[in-house]
Amino acid sequence: MNPLRANELVIDIPDRDDGQPLDFTVEPGQTWGVLGPNGAGKTTLLHTLAGLRAPRHGSVCLGEHSLTELRRRRISQQLGLVFQERQDGFPATVLETALIGRHPWLSPWQMESGDDERFARQALDQLDVGHLSDRLVSTLSGGERQRVAIATVLTQAPDTWLLDEPTNHLDLHHQVSVLQLLTEQARSGRSVFMCLHDLNLAARWCDHLLLLYPNGDACWGPAERMLVPAALERLYGQKLITVEADGAPVFVPVKS
Amino acid sequence: MSRPLIKPLLVLALTSLVAMVLSIGTGSVSVAPGQVLAVILGEGSNLQQTLVLELRLPRTLAAFATGGLLAVAGALMQVLLRNPLADPYVLGLSGGAAVGALLAMLAGLGGLIVSGSAFAGAMLATLMVFGLAHGTGSWTPSRLLLTGVVVAAGWGAVITLMLAISPAQRLPGMLYWLMGDVSYARSPWPALGLLFLVCLLVVPLGRSLNVLARGPMQAAALGVAVRPLEWTIYVLASLLTATAVTMAGSIGFVGLVVPHMLRLVLGNDQRLILPACALAGGTLLVLADTLARVVIAPEQLPVGVITALLGVPTFLYLLYRSR
Repeated sequence: MNPLRANELVIDIPDRDDGQPLDFTVEPGQTWGVLGPNGAGKTTLLHTLAGLRAPRHGSVCLGEHSLTELRRRRISQQLGLVFQERQDGFPATVLETALIGRHPWLSPWQMESGDDERFARQALDQLDVGHLSDRLVSTLSGGERQRVAIATVLTQAPDTWLLDEPTNHLDLHHQVSVLQLLTEQARSGRSVFMCLHDLNLAARWCDHLLLLYPNGDACWGPAERMLVPAALERLYGQKLITVEADGAPVFVPVKS
Repeated sequence: MSRPLIKPLLVLALTSLVAMVLSIGTGSVSVAPGQVLAVILGEGSNLQQTLVLELRLPRTLAAFATGGLLAVAGALMQVLLRNPLADPYVLGLSGGAAVGALLAMLAGLGGLIVSGSAFAGAMLATLMVFGLAHGTGSWTPSRLLLTGVVVAAGWGAVITLMLAISPAQRLPGMLYWLMGDVSYARSPWPALGLLFLVCLLVVPLGRSLNVLARGPMQAAALGVAVRPLEWTIYVLASLLTATAVTMAGSIGFVGLVVPHMLRLVLGNDQRLILPACALAGGTLLVLADTLARVVIAPEQLPVGVITALLGVPTFLYLLYRSR
């Protein structure tokens, strides 16, 4: 697979200084978490890495090639993106929604085959929404929709997963099963790069972290080096207590 | 997936054939359905030959082509603007065409020049809206829609102005054109050819359109080249609408109601909806035109009146039900 690489990347956030250019590679097998307060640019970073937004400086590469040299179709065969916000537009069923994940793999004249449908159904089952396949997406709860969106990218089967708050709207059990699924994806040689709000989920499931500060500063590296209480307190502007549970640090905000 | 696409299309194709035979057979002199087919195959008396082949068949085909073009254009506009209320005229195209046609009529010109002038007006309106919506940044569906609505209002004012200053004897012709009427149609073949070509073209574009209906970001993330696709839809829909308007004036509601009715019944796969729109839109207009010819025979109603009279309650009903 072609690793996703940010080269001296400065994301374009209006009225913000360039800050620290981002320079990292998401290698196969790695799970990255992006942490930062509201408005730090996590979503913008994700969209820039997916080639949906132009960076202010620098470039994003898949393997040897810059995203700007690749056709959208080629990119979408390697990069899958779970959005934070979705628009419904026209009514569609859960199965139809998951099936559009096959779009990058089908030629214009091709119809979805039985295999594609099986693939989509499997993905829906894995996300525990298989029983909803004939329901209209607009009738689902927020958490169910979130899982359908993840199932759509699972159907797309990209080498690199980009996810914007994948645990949004999910109950505790489904948060864990989604992160478990992503860990398995990474273990099978793919890579995962996700924005997370929950510091503790990130500490628990990510092996690499990128801290994004509102002023454009950033630091990144292996998770154990990034989980420094002082750095995290500065990141969120919030005092934290650190305890250990089940072999991972747990950060609890101090009541003021 | 491909089998369920074919059955509804076959049903619709059969329905449109029946509607066409019915339409050709109906009029001041009735021709039985069997006779209609026989005459088309080269039999029957001279009178029947003239009646069917020279008078009624071209008109029926023109009605079919117009209805099909409008319905497909409407469905495309709805995907482009991601707005279920969009129709082929929402961006002011019919206003431009009307101003073009009325100008030619006002100058006392007729026939081909009126058509050509309407087509030029439609294209001018399209370019204008697109250019204005572009502004300094990139356009968004809501910006395009707003620009279109405002420009359409402008055309409306110009049309009223032209009607106000026109000499009385030209008014009936102008009003007929504005209401939409198939009897102006010339040869239906170019329009039918265009309709067929577009139906072929939307098969490979169809799945991309399905993805685009989920929003441009999602579509781009799934490998759709969004901007070029949106341009293609815009140009195609404009071309279809301009052709329809040039042929039969601005016939309302076909482009709005037909895609909606089909979406309610057949779901939202554009690969099915677009060809189905061509067939169902054509059928609807053929039937409406037949009604328009017989309701107050020997006088004729403009077909736009019939489609609007059918379309308004149907649409209100659908809207009421969807809440």
